[in-house]
Amino acid sequence: MTSVLESLNTALHQAFASDPSVYLLGEDVLDPYGGAFKLTRGLSGQYPGRVLTSPISEAGITGVAAGMALRGLRPVVEIMFGDFVTLAADQLINHIAKFRWMYNDQVRVPLLLRTPMGGRRGYGPTHSQTLEKLFLGIPGLQVLAPCAFSAAGFDAGTLLRETILHSENPTIFIENKLLYLLPVTSDSPDFEIKLLTTPAQTPGYQLNLRGAPAARLTMTAYGYMAELARQAALRLAYEYEIFCEIIIPTQIAPFEISNILSSVQKTGKLLCLEEGTLSLGWGAEITAQAAEKLGPQLKCARRIAALDLPVPASGPLETAVLPSVDQILTTVLEMEKF
Amino acid sequence: MASNETLFRQIYRIRRFEETVLENFPKGVFFGTTHTYIGQEANAVGVLANCQANDIVFSNHRCHGHFLAYGGSAAALFAEMMGRSTGVCGGRGGSQHLQWRNFYSNGVQGGILPIAAGMALAEKFKNTQAITYVFLGDGTLGEGTLYETLNLAALWQAPVLFVLEDNRIAQTTPTQLGIAGSMPARFEAFGIPTREIDSSSVLDILPLAEELSALVRDNRTPGALILHTERFGPHSKGDDTRSPELVNQLRQERDPLAILAKQLPELVCSQIKTEVDYEIADSLKQALSSPFPIL
Repeated sequence: MTSVLESLNTALHQAFASDPSVYLLGEDVLDPYGGAFKLTRGLSGQYPGRVLTSPISEAGITGVAAGMALRGLRPVVEIMFGDFVTLAADQLINHIAKFRWMYNDQVRVPLLLRTPMGGRRGYGPTHSQTLEKLFLGIPGLQVLAPCAFSAAGFDAGTLLRETILHSENPTIFIENKLLYLLPVTSDSPDFEIKLLTTPAQTPGYQLNLRGAPAARLTMTAYGYMAELARQAALRLAYEYEIFCEIIIPTQIAPFEISNILSSVQKTGKLLCLEEGTLSLGWGAEITAQAAEKLGPQLKCARRIAALDLPVPASGPLETAVLPSVDQILTTVLEMEKF
Repeated sequence: MASNETLFRQIYRIRRFEETVLENFPKGVFFGTTHTYIGQEANAVGVLANCQANDIVFSNHRCHGHFLAYGGSAAALFAEMMGRSTGVCGGRGGSQHLQWRNFYSNGVQGGILPIAAGMALAEKFKNTQAITYVFLGDGTLGEGTLYETLNLAALWQAPVLFVLEDNRIAQTTPTQLGIAGSMPARFEAFGIPTREIDSSSVLDILPLAEELSALVRDNRTPGALILHTERFGPHSKGDDTRSPELVNQLRQERDPLAILAKQLPELVCSQIKTEVDYEIADSLKQALSSPFPIL
């Protein structure tokens, strides 16, 4: 069984093998260490001139990668912890995101910045955050998030490889840390996993319980939250006979809501799940768009997210702050009243 | 080496462009603001006289002089500042966000430095002989990303030439309130060969820039050139806190145009001025008659 980590690592190897203009810059990325989360393992051994291990200079390496991208290379930047992406914010927002449009479409910036986000490992307030919402809604920046599901041969690694090799636009690639050890799931005894494609976005997934009656609620989630959605949907079905459809986008920004709308048009109810803090987040945007576009067809909408607090180090506190399967169950049961 | 006539023409072209900008700003023809290069023209002209066709130039908020010395069109720059569709970037970028051929500029301090180093590195990886020139000011010495860049450029041996134009004042903050320690030591600490000059004569600046460009090009390693200079105009428009007497004295003592004019017959200078006056006036007219873009 392939883990998400193996899938992503293989994707990096494939990208390096198929295009000599692919480079990787990051801290502690050389073998035998191969990166703090082992994503780059084996790369520097095989492509020594194209893997640049860097000093602790997130803004510097992101800027260097931007320059490389402007001059026709396809650099990948690894930021060791997603929390540190704030150090590269000026590069991402005032430079990388701007160049193509500000320069009247005369340049391209095919750069991919990968970074692990998320908690549940006790790393505490500055190594556990889910910060991608800071980069959502920045024109010119694409934000992608893989999950552990696979359909029609498209999985986390495919998303990474294809984006590195073919995207013309800068991308932030958010890898939730708990995804790494999950198996890539294409074949589930419980769920039918369908690939959702639209021209405007990278493919997503739709999960339906096998042989279940029509779903009465739509859950949408990305990254590791999609796994919690899966677990919750299973319990809701077996313990409460409530059937849900799960819509899992991999493209978080720019966001195309059509797949979610089609699902909610059938179910009438929408639950958005995210690991970032609740206020002013991804779920708020999805809910607002659904309300604007569906009107009274949307009978009930709820968001589940982290509390508006830093992520604590203490296990019980961290569990209390981050969204859980139990919380999904409680919320869905409340939504039954509508 | 470029002839004195050519250098004079380039310096005067920048001067006349910037004066025309300041003369026409009150008429409301330009959007936003501007940062003029008056007084510093010999830097751009002297440094970029060594620029080869494949070389890359990355400039900052005060980029008009660099753009014109690189060979950019005055009409396209006027049009860009007027937000017209014929502008360098179709009116999207304005005064400080230019891109044409291998010329780039951006208006946020410091961030362009690692990008320039990355461009230099890319050209090295692609085995071209191109070098990258990046212009920064004394004010940018306050930005942390500069020091990350110097470290990376030295570690990875990027063929980039850092050109520091020290005009002794960052917006309204004089260098003594903004910069501790030594300017050259900042670069030398990273093992980057550094040259320094305090002159407004293009004939002094050009050979030094030539020497450093050659070093960067031949060794495929970084270099730094520190040009102590004087800006005669405000930071942008109407925000000069220096005394008019001081600025006047600088104009008397440090005018790159007057300094070079001494090396040329008066008739040659006046002939060049007449031609450039016509080019700039015509460029302004062209820009004014250009259409606005549509989204």
